[in-house]
Amino acid sequence: MEFFLQQLINGLTLGGIYALIALGYTMVYGIIQLINFAHGEFFAAGGYMGVILLSFLAGQGYLQTHPWLCLGGAMLLAMVFCAFLAMAVEKVAYMPLRKSTRLAALVSALGMSIFLSNGLMLTQGVYDKPYPAAFSQGGFEFGNIVVSYLQIMIVLITIGLLIFLNILVFKTRIGKAMRATAQDKVMSALVGINSNKIISLTFAIGASLAAAAGIMVGLYYGSVNYTMGFVPGIKAFAAAVLGGIGNITGAMLGGLIIGMVEIFGAGYISGQYKDVFAFIILIAVLYFRPTGIMGENVDDTRV
Amino acid sequence: MVWLFGLLWPLLGIHADGTLSFTKAFNVWFYIFAVTLVIVVVVVLQKQGILDGFGRSLGAGKTGLTAVYARTPQWAWIAAVAVLALVFPIFTGRYEQDVAINVLVYVCLGLGLNIVIGLAGMLDLGYIAFYGVGAYTYALLSVNFQIPFWLSLPVAAFTACIAGCIIGYPTLRMRGDYLAIVTLGFGEIVRIILNNWMELTNGPNGILGIKAPGIFFPSFAEGFSLEHLYLKKLHYLYYVILLLAVLTVIAVRRLNISRIGRAWEAIREDETAAELMGVNTYRLKLLAYAMGAIFAGLAGAFFAARVRFVSPESFTFLESATVLAMVVLGGMASIPGVILGALALIVLPEIFREFELYRMLCLGGAMVMMMVFKPSGFIAAKRLGRRSEEREG
Repeated sequence: MEFFLQQLINGLTLGGIYALIALGYTMVYGIIQLINFAHGEFFAAGGYMGVILLSFLAGQGYLQTHPWLCLGGAMLLAMVFCAFLAMAVEKVAYMPLRKSTRLAALVSALGMSIFLSNGLMLTQGVYDKPYPAAFSQGGFEFGNIVVSYLQIMIVLITIGLLIFLNILVFKTRIGKAMRATAQDKVMSALVGINSNKIISLTFAIGASLAAAAGIMVGLYYGSVNYTMGFVPGIKAFAAAVLGGIGNITGAMLGGLIIGMVEIFGAGYISGQYKDVFAFIILIAVLYFRPTGIMGENVDDTRV
Repeated sequence: MVWLFGLLWPLLGIHADGTLSFTKAFNVWFYIFAVTLVIVVVVVLQKQGILDGFGRSLGAGKTGLTAVYARTPQWAWIAAVAVLALVFPIFTGRYEQDVAINVLVYVCLGLGLNIVIGLAGMLDLGYIAFYGVGAYTYALLSVNFQIPFWLSLPVAAFTACIAGCIIGYPTLRMRGDYLAIVTLGFGEIVRIILNNWMELTNGPNGILGIKAPGIFFPSFAEGFSLEHLYLKKLHYLYYVILLLAVLTVIAVRRLNISRIGRAWEAIREDETAAELMGVNTYRLKLLAYAMGAIFAGLAGAFFAARVRFVSPESFTFLESATVLAMVVLGGMASIPGVILGALALIVLPEIFREFELYRMLCLGGAMVMMMVFKPSGFIAAKRLGRRSEEREG
């Protein structure tokens, strides 16, 4: 039972992170029907920005005096940076292809993903970059169950970002414009919505969420690596599909489920095959229920 | 466009070890910037028509070449290439033969993937898994049962085909994007299994001691007898893979112009319409998967026989991406295009050895660039249309 509770807490942490990444996939897919393969690289770039900024601050001595302020600032900067990165990527690699075949757009996205991850490798080196260890100590203990401050912080930040996103998408004018563009680009353009701007914005929001997830993963596991975007990228995509692609609430739920399945699978079945579980879920969902658990209407051409 | 790459600079520019140091990252950034600048200048010049004169002379040269090409009968070209390929090992050393073998392996792989992507229009990102299945099949047969290469070859093709059907079957209901991500997932699953199934595959340590292909060689020393020889010399291996590659080219060409090939192309152009015209899309898509997997399995068996060592490291996603880039850059559905793509992507990195680190970076950049400027590839296929569903949206 204690083991179960411990795994539940770990799963919640991991699931929240997957949910943040999955949101980027699902929003972009909802609006231009493209799998943004480079999304995992935004996540990795966010992690790297975090490590760079935090070690810079640690070197200056600010991290020791104001840890939370530094973390908040670094996270904000990394999110802004990744938002701009995503907009640039969208302009260079996706916008010229909006009218061409889907295969071309996918290959372009894949190329961008390889380009970015290798750019990271060349500039930041092949080895793991350690995070400064200011946040990894301490935690509550309930009997044998340990909940670290870091886990609480990750869950809190995730919840905060998710609430913020929900308000943004469902309560503001921008969110309304985004939903309108996702439904019908021509009609939304007729009522005066600049769809290029909205698409750009969608990429930016998705990437900044991924950047936040990147920093939290970096803190949680203690280091970042240039290949870290690939596997979480696929798993987050599995989460987006599980929740029903294009559906924001679904992506959150899907992320949680995938995180839980991975942690429990690793704990009770086999740690070596933990990466396989998410893929199996992905395949099973696509086979049996392609619209996902919270499925919206997906017409024939999408699946 | 320049300012967009300017935006990338913090990613490439900040190098943190407590302080900021720019030198190493600046080099990378500088190369990217220089290349981008050149491309942008060329594009801008072309848009303003300054390159027209140059383009005309180039066009004239091209038409001249095409005229020469058209005047010479096709068999002469094929014969010339065949003779060149046959005498190649005589005039070259170990290194060139090694590169040539690599090129031919990738020609086989590229043509196999070309069936799936180019002809049937399904983006398969886990293609290297079949290559791995083929390689491991021969490795296990050779090490555990001492079965010779030529007998194992059909077995490797068969197991790869089975793997193709297993992967293909659940994915057939999906189209485009979903298919891509599911095949990617399957490719990873195969690699993870190879990595973790210690009893069968010896895990990350790989399998050692695979036998090279052998032939029966007539020997006249004591009367007439057949002697079994292992082909360990590189130029013999070159001929083996040349044979495989030629077989692949012929097979893919025959498939392409057959009824099946036309049906595949119909599926690529518009699946719904193809189904309405009476094409059995389900069976043909499965067939495309199986055929692609067979060629990958053959190439994989040869790979195992040539390197005489297999490990999961050889079958990562980046390999899939490399093969994909060959197909995409050379020209989807075009056989000379894929061959050119394989040649370019193997030979160019060998020439630019000092830029080895930048190989994948260039590959990714080239894929994006190719899709933006010339989506049909260097040598476009003759029959290529647009999917009608995209035109509506």
